[in-house]
Amino acid sequence: MWEYTDKVKDHFLNPRNVGVIEDADGVGEVGSIACGDALTFYFKLDENGKIKDATFQTFGCASAIASSSALTEMVKGMTLEEAQKITNEDIADFLGGLPKEKMHCSVMGRDALEKAIGCYLEEPEKKVEGEIVCECFGVTDREIERVVRENQLTTIDDVTDYVKAGGGCGNCHDRIQEIIDEILGNERPVRKKAPALTNLQKIKLIEESIEREINPTLKKDAGRLELIDVDGNRVLVRLGGSCAACAKSPVTLKHYVESRLRELVSPDLVVEEVQ
Amino acid sequence: MKVIYVDNNATTMVAPEVLDAMMPYFSTNYGNPSSMHSFGGNVAGAIETARENVANLIGAAPQEIVFTSCGTESDGTAVRAAIESYPDKKHLVTSRVEHPAIKNLYEALSKKGYRATFVPVDHSGRLDIDYLYDSLSDDTAIVSLMWGNNETGVIFPIEEISREVKSRGILFHTDAVQAVGKLPINVGETGVDMLSLSGHKFHSPKGIGALYIRKGTKFSPFMIGGHQEKGRRGGTENTASIIGLGKAAELAAAHLAENGYERVSRLRDRLEQTLLDKVSNALINGDPANRLPNTTSVAFEYVEGEAILLMMNEYGICASSGSACTSGSLEPSHVLRAMGVPFTAAHGSIRFSLSRYNTEDEIDVILEKLPPIIERLRELSPFWKEAMGT
Repeated sequence: MWEYTDKVKDHFLNPRNVGVIEDADGVGEVGSIACGDALTFYFKLDENGKIKDATFQTFGCASAIASSSALTEMVKGMTLEEAQKITNEDIADFLGGLPKEKMHCSVMGRDALEKAIGCYLEEPEKKVEGEIVCECFGVTDREIERVVRENQLTTIDDVTDYVKAGGGCGNCHDRIQEIIDEILGNERPVRKKAPALTNLQKIKLIEESIEREINPTLKKDAGRLELIDVDGNRVLVRLGGSCAACAKSPVTLKHYVESRLRELVSPDLVVEEVQ
Repeated sequence: MKVIYVDNNATTMVAPEVLDAMMPYFSTNYGNPSSMHSFGGNVAGAIETARENVANLIGAAPQEIVFTSCGTESDGTAVRAAIESYPDKKHLVTSRVEHPAIKNLYEALSKKGYRATFVPVDHSGRLDIDYLYDSLSDDTAIVSLMWGNNETGVIFPIEEISREVKSRGILFHTDAVQAVGKLPINVGETGVDMLSLSGHKFHSPKGIGALYIRKGTKFSPFMIGGHQEKGRRGGTENTASIIGLGKAAELAAAHLAENGYERVSRLRDRLEQTLLDKVSNALINGDPANRLPNTTSVAFEYVEGEAILLMMNEYGICASSGSACTSGSLEPSHVLRAMGVPFTAAHGSIRFSLSRYNTEDEIDVILEKLPPIIERLRELSPFWKEAMGT
């Protein structure tokens, strides 16, 4: 028996906003019947660009239905910009938390929202990016990397709870562990704390870290980071490959590159992009 | 709210008579059956009566019954005894739909130098018997097959298979945890060398089981210790529970003798047939002609099992599901997958397992409450309208 909060039970037994919006501005479909849960999310904007109406249809367990219902309540009245900021954690929090094994339901909600907004913005349907890691549930390395980073996951079980990857035959467990290790820097070959680096040492270490740690990760998304200059603690870089065109590159730069370099080289570093 | 309990393959209510029989062994009759004094010795006498009752339920001799702590212990003891007794044989056979007590044990052993064959079943859950026979060789240490499946109720033809396996000189064990007390069993007429049973599946408490070991079968104990159970299972006896198991066996034998399960299977059939009539896109998992009398597994397409269970829970109806979400795993049960039940149905499979304590009124409540639940969940489901082509 799952320990569901009263709010989860309420949203499961009395789901809000069930149905289809025939003339929806955005529609996002995720999941499949084979995977055991699926969600279609619809929204309609008002004249001010705020979400006037949001509905859903869900096949799945109690927490999948509750997460979908919660999502529709959360986004109403939001601009798309605001809605875009909703994370899977926000959905779980709205419900007073979800059992760990059910966090994938909140991720499904977030994914459906993102797809629906993408649909409205007429962003080309994202190709299945990255490589499939989990064959059983069709989960890519990119999806795994994302939940690991966003939710600070540290184990294969965590990953399974959040995106199902690894929950079937188990053949992909080694690969999932590799991804976690890469992100956590478990294989860190570089000294974590080099005492008072000379400028030359610092530049060398930054170069090494980019080549050994950062670029292999970005490469999975066909991206690449080039070191342009180091000015004191300012690290000037240029993003190449698919990163250059990616709308999320500022996030990548700040959240990933900077934090990795701070960890590996020096906590004072600031990463800046040069065009 | 009154509880309507139709999850008896998970566990059962302790029969009031069983509880009454047990109570003195918690209080006044607390002696150790191994003691020399008659205060303990009297308990030993009561245990022997319980042993006779258990033996009688399955057509065994009392000395062929060893009390254990549960079905899992009985299963593990049987398999480990076989491989200890035949150390040169490295091949183990079972089916793809076994309880985890056997399935996971075989998987563990197959990482330790044993070769395991998991015999497939067809869409109705029937065993591929030719496949089984073809797999046997001089290297086979044991064949272990469940008598009745816990999820679908499908019965394997254990009498026939056990005789064939035995005729080839191979040990045969059956996990009869779901069958004992529900089907007339007479091990003497079969080729079964060892049989596992569990008390809490037929109205005795949890934490007590037994292993039948045919006289003359090579055996080596799993729990090594004192002389209890004639050295076949060390450890001071769980006296109150053994007494309870004996009483439950006596009640079950009486119930079988008066064809009490006909009433249970009529209730089950009415539940099943009415659900099929009232709810479209529902189907039965498993071979209807060869099932335990109390079990039905109904698949409701395009809805998910946990959601069904939790909505039934609101009405006090207790059943279980073969869906992924209820177990914490992400895939539907290995039983339904082995049978090739399509995903559209596997995720929405609900198991009802009845007992002699269920009533017509309870079935009426389920039949009143469940169809609207399915309808409601289908309204929520994005696949339903699509499937219906509207």
